[in-house]
Amino acid sequence: MMTVLLVVLGAAIGAPLRYLTDRYVQARYGTAFPWGTHLVNVTGSLILGLVLGMPLSPALTALIGTGFCGALTTYSTFSWEALTFARRGEQAAAFAYVLVSILAGLGAAGLGAALAGAL
Amino acid sequence: MDLDVDRPGVAAVAAGGALGALARYAIGTTWPHTPADFPWATWSINVSGCFLIGVLYTLLARFRPGHRLTRLFLGTGVLGGYTTFSTAEVEVQRAVPAVAVIYLAATIVGALLAVWAGSSLASIGERRK
Repeated sequence: MMTVLLVVLGAAIGAPLRYLTDRYVQARYGTAFPWGTHLVNVTGSLILGLVLGMPLSPALTALIGTGFCGALTTYSTFSWEALTFARRGEQAAAFAYVLVSILAGLGAAGLGAALAGAL
Repeated sequence: MDLDVDRPGVAAVAAGGALGALARYAIGTTWPHTPADFPWATWSINVSGCFLIGVLYTLLARFRPGHRLTRLFLGTGVLGGYTTFSTAEVEVQRAVPAVAVIYLAATIVGALLAVWAGSSLASIGERRK
């Protein structure tokens, strides 16, 4: 029961942080490329790689990993944005967005795990 | 940082995100996996969430274009909190190589096909502009 509450708490912080980051990034850098989603997805992958690589308690893993990182990052908005590029006839941008997100996300997750190993 | 904090929007996203994460947690605990298995729980969560966002955003654009809080609660909140990019990436990174490659490809292809299918389904009967 406690774990469930920690997941909920982490998500109640991670999801609005994603929303506010996206709004801030859009206001500053425009809406031509979804840099806001990209930023939260890569950052969340880094933190999750780090968290799962460290000997944390199940409670902290639920709070930061499942709750916060899970809700900070999003696959649904990511794929909707890729579809939006494709529908506008910007196939190259759609392809680049998916490729850059996946590669950066994997790199960030690996970096987080390496950092955890070094700590 | 100058944020004219959109309190109703933030509250809608937080509440929706908590609900979505709860659903993801429930599916993940009933369907666990080891690095040698295909992560079916996260795959199913991400693909179904992509399908649903395709349906949702297309229906909202068609019938309720002004409903900003509905979009924020269900889309940014529930589906954003339900699907997860970070878990998918970390699972690829931790899986055995053969599973990693298949899982990575299956997630990308599944997610993109699902969002397209959901959106196309929700566009049926729409008048061409």
